[in-house]
Amino acid sequence: MKKRFVLNFALDAADEPITYVLIKEYDLKLNILKAAISPEKGGELLVELDGDDKNLSEGLDYLRGRGVGVDAVDKKMLFRREECIHCGACVATCFAGALTIGAPDWELKFDAEKCVACEMCLKSCPLKLFDLRFG
Amino acid sequence: MTVKRSYEEINEKLKKGTAVVLTAEEVSKMADEMTPAEIAKKVDVVTTATFGPMCSSGAFINFGHPSPSLRMEEVTLNGVPAYGGIAAVDAYIGATSEHPQNPRYGGGHVIEELVRGKEITLRARGKGTDCYPRKEIETVITKEAVNEIFLFNPRNAYQNYAVATNTARSVKYTYMGVLLPELSNATYSTSGELSPLLNDPDLRTIGVGTRIFLCGAQGFVVWPGTQFNTSKLRNDKGIPKSNAATLAVLGDLKKMDPRFIKGAVFERYGVTLFVGIGIPIPILDEDLAARVAIRDREIETTVYDYGDPAHPMLGSANYADLRSGTIEVRGRKVKTAPLSSIKKAREIAEELRSWLKKGEFTLTAPVELFPTGTTVKGLEITGGAR
Repeated sequence: MKKRFVLNFALDAADEPITYVLIKEYDLKLNILKAAISPEKGGELLVELDGDDKNLSEGLDYLRGRGVGVDAVDKKMLFRREECIHCGACVATCFAGALTIGAPDWELKFDAEKCVACEMCLKSCPLKLFDLRFG
Repeated sequence: MTVKRSYEEINEKLKKGTAVVLTAEEVSKMADEMTPAEIAKKVDVVTTATFGPMCSSGAFINFGHPSPSLRMEEVTLNGVPAYGGIAAVDAYIGATSEHPQNPRYGGGHVIEELVRGKEITLRARGKGTDCYPRKEIETVITKEAVNEIFLFNPRNAYQNYAVATNTARSVKYTYMGVLLPELSNATYSTSGELSPLLNDPDLRTIGVGTRIFLCGAQGFVVWPGTQFNTSKLRNDKGIPKSNAATLAVLGDLKKMDPRFIKGAVFERYGVTLFVGIGIPIPILDEDLAARVAIRDREIETTVYDYGDPAHPMLGSANYADLRSGTIEVRGRKVKTAPLSSIKKAREIAEELRSWLKKGEFTLTAPVELFPTGTTVKGLEITGGAR
C-alpha cells in the first residue's frame, strides 16, 4: 500500500536516521517529496511510503514513538470546492494528476490520494481556494 | 427554397413559445448529420456563451451627494483606488485596480462583493470648493444605496485567443496562469465552439445595441471593444486564427447574479474579473446556420511563447486538440488546461435559452454594424522607458 504523509519533528530529534530505519527495519519504500526545516516550525517532511500494511503501520508507530508527528496528506489539503468556478487554471500546474478537468462535464475533479502537496495550486488557483495545512 | 427569417419573426415565435432555441454545442453536434440548409429550417436561435477572466472590465458608480457635498477627487472602495476624475460623486472602479497594501485584493473583488449586496467602505477626498466645500468623507455603500452602478467593460468576449506556453528555464507568472518551464504546460482561454464571436465570425448579428446576457442580467453591446481587429488571418472556415474582434459591453450591476461574475487574482500578475457573457445568434439564413455549426476541430488558434518577452509564435492548435489535454509544440507533447470555464459557459448558454423560451428576452438587430478593415497599433516610445 502506498500513502503520503507529512512528518513533523522537533529539530533536536533529528539525531536518529529515521528514514534509514524505515527502509532497513520496516522494509518500506520511501520517497521524499518535500523537505522543509525552519526554527519556528521544526522539520517537515512530505514522504510517500510504500510497503505491506503491517510494515507500514509498524513503521508509523515507530515514528510516533520517536515523537514524530504523522499526518496523512489527504487530510491536509483544503479545497473550498463549493466556490470553484471550474476554470481549469490549477490543472495546468498539477503534475501529480490530482486535479483534472475534461469532457464530458468539464467539472474540476480533485483526487486527494494523488496529491503530492507541491502547493502549485495554491499559486495557480485564481480564486485561492486551496490551502495546505502542515502539522 | 432557402430560409430567410427576420428578427421580428423570431421574436414573435419567442413570444408565442414556439421558437426552436439550441445551444451552440447542440447545433454543432447536429451538424454531423444535417446540412446548414436543414439546420436553418429547423433552428431559430442559437445561444453562445463564455465565462473567462476579462481584465478590461469595471463599473461606473454614482454615490449620491452627501450634504454638504464634496468633489470626490481621490476615491477608494475597501481601500482599492477608483478613478474619480469625472463629476463630483461619480467614479469608475476598474477590475485590475489593486489594494496598495494587499495586492491580492482589488477591483474585481470589490465588484463581485457589490453584486453580492455586501457593504463596501467608500473613502473620498476633494480639495474643497465653494460649491463642494467638504474635503473628506468615509461611509459605507451597497449597490442598492447608490444611485446608479453599471458594469462598463471596454474589452470583453475576445474572438479567439492565444495559447500560452513557456520555453524559458524559469516559471512565468502571467495573466494566462502559471506557465511552467521548458514547454511543460500550455493554457488557453476561450470556450471554443460555444464562444460568442466564433459563432458569428463576420459579426452579422452582433453590433451596437445587441441585447446580451451580462453576468446574469440583460445588458448590451455598446461599441466595438478596444483592440478591435478584423484583419487577422482566417482559416478556411472564415475563423480568425488568433485574437481578433472584441466587444464593449454594458449592463446594470444591481441586476447581476454572483454566480456569473467573480473577482480573481493571477499569481504575480494581479487582480482581474471573471465575466459571464451570453449572446443569442438569430438564424436569419443558411449562412448563419453554417457559422453556428462550427466544431472545435475547425477552430484554430496560435501558440505563443510567453517565456520570451516578445511572445514569438510557436505554432498552432485547434480546440479539439487543446481540449484533449495535450498538444504538440516543437515536437513535444505539452499538457493543456483551460482558463475559461466551459462548465460555467454551458450554464450561461442554458440560462439564456430559458430566458428566450420564456419570452423574457427579445432579440435586437444591431443599430449599427461594426467596422471592417481595422487593425491594432503598437505604442511607439519617444521618451524614456525601462
